[in-house]
Amino acid sequence: MFNHSKTLSNNFLRASILIFVILFSNTIFSQDGDPVAGKALFNSNCASCHKLDKKMTGPALRNVEARLLEDEGLDRDWLYKWIRNSSSLIKSGDDYANRIYLEYNKAAMTAYPQLTNVDIDNILAYTAQEKVVPKPIATAVAAAAGPSNSSGLTDEIILGVFSVLFLLLSTGLIVVTKTLRDLAKMKGVKIEEKKKGKPIWKAYLENQFLMLCTAVLFLLVSAYGFYGWTMQVGVNQGYMPIQPIHYSHKIHSGDNKIDCNYCHSSAKVSKHSGIPSLNICMNCHKSIYEYNGETSEEYSKEFYDNEIQKLYKAVGWDDEAQEYTGITYPVKWVRIHNLPDFAYFNHAQHVSVAGIECKTCHGPVEEMEIMYQHSSLTMGWCINCHRETNVKVKDNEYYDKIHKELSKKYGVEQLTAAQMGGLECGKCHY
Amino acid sequence: MSRDKKYWKNLAELDSANNNVFDDLQNKEFVEEIPVDDFLSEQDNLTDSSTSRRDFLKYIGFSTAAATLAACEGPVVKSIPYVVQPKEIIPGIANFYATTIANGYDFANILIKNREGRPILVKNNSLADGSMSANARVHASVLDLYDNTRLTQPVKENLPISWFTFEYETLSELQRLSKEKKEIVLLTQTFASPSTQSLIDKFKSKFKSVSHITYDSISESEALDAFESRYSVRGLANYDFSDSKIIISIGADFLGDWQGGGFDCSYTRGRIPDDGKMSRHIQFESNMTLSGANADLRVPLKINEQKLVLIEIYKSLFGSNKVKLESNLKLSKKLKNVVDTTINELKSAKSGGVVITGIQQKEYQLLALEINEKIKSIAFNPQQMILTRSSKNKDLHDLIVRMNEGKVGAVITSGINPVYSLADSESFIKAFKNLELSVCFSQKNDETASHSKYVAASNHYLESWCDYELKTAEYSLAQPVIKTLFNTKQFQDLLLVWSGSKSSFHDFIKSNWKKNILENENWNQSLHDGIFNRKSKKISKRNFISQNKISTKALKYFEIIQDTNQKKFELNLYPKTGMGDGQQANNPWLQEFPDPLTRATWDNYLTISESDAKDLNLLLKPSTFFKQSSNDANGGLNGKYAVIKLNSKSIKVPVMIQPGQAKGTLGLSYGYGRSKGLKEEMMTGVNAFQFYENYNPIQYIEIEATNEIHEFACMQLQNTLMGRGDIIKETTLEVFNTKNVNAWNKQAVVSLNHIETPVSSPDVDLWQEFDRSIGHHFNLSIDLNACTGCGACVIACHAENNVPVVGKREVRKSRDMHWLRIDRYYSSEDSFEEDNNKKDNISGLESSLTSFGALENPSENPQVAFQPIMCQHCNHAPCETVCPVAASSHGRQGQNHMAYNRCVGTRYCANNCPYKVRRFNWFLYNGNDEFDYHMNNDLGRMVINPDVTVRSRGVMEKCSMCIQNTQAVILKAKLEGRPVAEGEFNDKVACSAACTPGAIKFGDINEEGSKIAELKNNKRAYHLLDAVGTKPNVVYQVKVRNIKEKS
Repeated sequence: MFNHSKTLSNNFLRASILIFVILFSNTIFSQDGDPVAGKALFNSNCASCHKLDKKMTGPALRNVEARLLEDEGLDRDWLYKWIRNSSSLIKSGDDYANRIYLEYNKAAMTAYPQLTNVDIDNILAYTAQEKVVPKPIATAVAAAAGPSNSSGLTDEIILGVFSVLFLLLSTGLIVVTKTLRDLAKMKGVKIEEKKKGKPIWKAYLENQFLMLCTAVLFLLVSAYGFYGWTMQVGVNQGYMPIQPIHYSHKIHSGDNKIDCNYCHSSAKVSKHSGIPSLNICMNCHKSIYEYNGETSEEYSKEFYDNEIQKLYKAVGWDDEAQEYTGITYPVKWVRIHNLPDFAYFNHAQHVSVAGIECKTCHGPVEEMEIMYQHSSLTMGWCINCHRETNVKVKDNEYYDKIHKELSKKYGVEQLTAAQMGGLECGKCHY
Repeated sequence: MSRDKKYWKNLAELDSANNNVFDDLQNKEFVEEIPVDDFLSEQDNLTDSSTSRRDFLKYIGFSTAAATLAACEGPVVKSIPYVVQPKEIIPGIANFYATTIANGYDFANILIKNREGRPILVKNNSLADGSMSANARVHASVLDLYDNTRLTQPVKENLPISWFTFEYETLSELQRLSKEKKEIVLLTQTFASPSTQSLIDKFKSKFKSVSHITYDSISESEALDAFESRYSVRGLANYDFSDSKIIISIGADFLGDWQGGGFDCSYTRGRIPDDGKMSRHIQFESNMTLSGANADLRVPLKINEQKLVLIEIYKSLFGSNKVKLESNLKLSKKLKNVVDTTINELKSAKSGGVVITGIQQKEYQLLALEINEKIKSIAFNPQQMILTRSSKNKDLHDLIVRMNEGKVGAVITSGINPVYSLADSESFIKAFKNLELSVCFSQKNDETASHSKYVAASNHYLESWCDYELKTAEYSLAQPVIKTLFNTKQFQDLLLVWSGSKSSFHDFIKSNWKKNILENENWNQSLHDGIFNRKSKKISKRNFISQNKISTKALKYFEIIQDTNQKKFELNLYPKTGMGDGQQANNPWLQEFPDPLTRATWDNYLTISESDAKDLNLLLKPSTFFKQSSNDANGGLNGKYAVIKLNSKSIKVPVMIQPGQAKGTLGLSYGYGRSKGLKEEMMTGVNAFQFYENYNPIQYIEIEATNEIHEFACMQLQNTLMGRGDIIKETTLEVFNTKNVNAWNKQAVVSLNHIETPVSSPDVDLWQEFDRSIGHHFNLSIDLNACTGCGACVIACHAENNVPVVGKREVRKSRDMHWLRIDRYYSSEDSFEEDNNKKDNISGLESSLTSFGALENPSENPQVAFQPIMCQHCNHAPCETVCPVAASSHGRQGQNHMAYNRCVGTRYCANNCPYKVRRFNWFLYNGNDEFDYHMNNDLGRMVINPDVTVRSRGVMEKCSMCIQNTQAVILKAKLEGRPVAEGEFNDKVACSAACTPGAIKFGDINEEGSKIAELKNNKRAYHLLDAVGTKPNVVYQVKVRNIKEKS
């Protein structure tokens, strides 16, 4: 045990203690390398061209060692050579090296001379692992349902207790009244019977003043309601259309923390944030052909994988042959944020100049499984923000002169966008 | 007695004895029978009808409800991103590409603004010197790209075919004809393209019996012949009027399209009097032209008198014995005086003088060339030839003869439309149809294409590659700025195919340039710049002239035919500023472009002097409510039709009275009367080319009045200033140089406590003054001396701001939508000054009635003034104060903002605007079949600028001072974290950028040392109607005329 740990490189020793501990505990079956360390190495070095179960730029690597030994009779030494410097192996005239080189269109594999034998052992150990089928999160759902159920039960108990109490109270009241009446009878107290007057509705109908007041009130309320209704006409807050491809912002922006500007790159320089062209998607999805993250009943792995296939079809990517077919079907996304033609909005002004976060207007995009319109996008909403937000003048020489003069004029430290002229009609309407 | 008294309501009632309409009216509501019984008697029809009244109401109810509901739901908008986004395209950011237009009539170095891959605007290439800059037609040419009448694929005998079939069939035909030794003719426009020329040479060497003939629809052949005979090369002399002291033009509209045009830039450079000097311009001409309108002295003359004037000038320089005149015509005494002073001025100006002529006769063109050589005119530059015209009249004439004799096997035309533009198109059609092979390269199924066996659908210039040498050693490149919209190819592509070459035309140009032109300079740089000046090719000026000494011995003979027939009129054919030679007739912007002089749209017409019109009974009565009046009730101008006859041809054409038209002459413009390859709405006017016999623009015709009335659509109905000199302030150079500014540019004053106070004083101001020294403050300066009235700004404004086209009917109702107009005023007396004096001397009612009436009529030969007017962006804007919903408001940067979404259409603002610059959307002009122009089809809408709102019905609109562009500049500076650079705003408004003469200047007056601040405080600067106290942000510069005191 101790001997083995000696063989570890000094560098690796300096790596995280946690990994060391795991390594240490796993040494019993780590004669052939450690799959956990192998996974980290695999992801950082190999994953851009290789997948375990799928042919990509390079071949699929699940059980590569066993396969080579079985099919070609090549041992681990051959693999060491190949991984450290494949081109010299090809040059040396090795039969299988040349065959594989030709099979993958003479795309030479990057040389990894920095990988030690142990590193490679670890990677191979990782590739030798059995395929783990991700379990659906049904249990998680059940687990989540558990506590909510129990809380429901307590509510019912409380309600039940309350209703029983209420029943007891009301019976008590009736009993008390009855006793009091009986007592009065006994004592000879006369209880005056109420005279039957006009029914209240009749009286109400006869009172013209009241009628008028009600009518006026009714009109006012309905006018207010109508006004409220008209004010929401054309306001599409919460608009959540079904898109041709189910693109989850939650997975991309939330789980994988991809920066908004990576895809919506023109937001920094142009008035449009830009819907990314499909080649941007393919920067990642060339190697991400399946979904391995969290799933639910509604959004299963099959569902997400199918959406990735839709992308491949649109962009014309043949995943089997790993090449573009040239036949494309541009995606007709449904536009969510629709400003009317007469309003001019510029993303660059807000994103780059003012430094406004995307989520200020677009909301918690990283939690949106389906993208929707977070803000109302009404003029009042724009104006409010312009009134409240200070102009970001720091490190922007454009503002030097005008900010100095204007802030002096208005007697403030910091100018708001409104004071800078952000409320003038012509700034947004032309 | 009283019973006999009869009260009558109208004239008809008084005349009731003879008029029983009145009796009928007394008894019945309607004079005519109402066919109610007829209608009801058709019981069968009524009962059979499937829609009952109830159904009708149901439908109405349902559709109203549906429409209401639909209006509440926003439409689903689709967005389709690129599959692979080209890296140079960022949505929302414009790219500019340098290219060149060369359509055979207009040649210009330009930049194209490209948004998301769509060309949307033409700008001038700032690297070029301005002599080949964009005019109104070039600015409008971007819309031709999106013309939905364009041919989408090659056609054979009216059936669409593939390019493969086209190429295969034409090639085999050409090979056969070549074997049979039949002549193959390439009949093309002037290309001025070195690579095309070498391609044609290649084609010639392949097929042997090939001849190449160029054809300019409006010929400069005589001028070219004169130049060739003098300098042994074919071209046109270049002129630079910047430093000229006196410019004498005899029948040459050099501010228009004379010899290709493009002289306005250098002309106006010499017309700014700020250093106390400006050129003097004397114009002798028949039609009123732009040049005549800008001249200091304009003399209306018939062609023979023009010839005499030129000969007289020649004689004075070379000696009277050098010319022998075989005519007994003499200059009148009055004219002789004018010519004599002109000659004296020319002589004293020495090399600062220049004489140009538009007389289409070789001998007279030679006279002008010789005069300029003799005085060593600095403006005259024959070394650097203009190469944009090249046709030889005789060539085409001979070709038609050969075609009729059956000697020609094939004719391939490109860029021309001879069936439309030839006077004798009949014989051309006959010969063209009988050809074994006729191929027409055309973008449209136009007049020529429809008679051609094969029609090759060709590219728009914005889809094509080409190179040009527009002037000697000044090369330009044209590059495609959009992929071909349709299945089209350019002429050169096919020349390459026929010549058996596999390379593309782009590669061909590139290799040609590397071999012959670039001289080791960078190709990519040239393509980026769009222009390339070859330094080694220039020839020194003086050498060139000394080689061709004027032979002093030769005697010059001139024969001037006098028209003896008094009935005959002299017809002067001319190209109109908006339409040129008519190839852009399907362009709604150009159709609605008001002619700078007549201000008429959608028409061409016969211009005639008022006295001739009177004699010929062509004059309509002044405005009354009778029929046959000169204006109808809402002001629309009317004109009588006349029939004009030349030999056997006759056309009926409306007549327009043109002040300044020489007596005995008529004017008619080319470019109208197109009949094929365009929408029906665009088939306006009459074809003047029918009368263009022997390529001579002067024809002697007979004219006869008819009683029919034509309705014009004019943009302006008021022709004179009525002596209101404060609208267009002007003075003479002498006064300008010698007198105090108050003498010629006095600020308006109002009386405050009986003390005259200047209107700029805050004491007399209705409005509160604001501090405008912080931030940007935009101003526009318009120099009335530099404005030639060319109208390039009007079209540029259209393109930049999505201004809709409203059609002739609406323009006639004064519902035009132009944000920028160029008002043209005529003087009523001989000069505006005399108008002012006349008005000032009016006293008493009688005098005012007669005098004001008289002031409404322009003089026989009036002074003319142009004044571009757009929203004045008043700091104290009357429109803003009356808007009930605050849709019109003022910005800190000086602009008067217009919020369309806020506007409810009360039109108070327009009524309260002293400048009449606000335009109301009476209808929805986009996507409306009633206005079937470019905004009514998807293709045409591609020209729309995405940064500017497309306005809807019922809102007011007006010039925004291109706020979208100034905001873009500010944003760019903010993004780069720097102050706005010096002069960065200056070319950002469309009108200013389009104004190559530099009349319209834009900028930020708060920018230190800016040109515009200087112009605002210039002593020539004044505000329009400053007495109103609106404090506009547009300033005008007083017009200064170089007029000598009357002697």
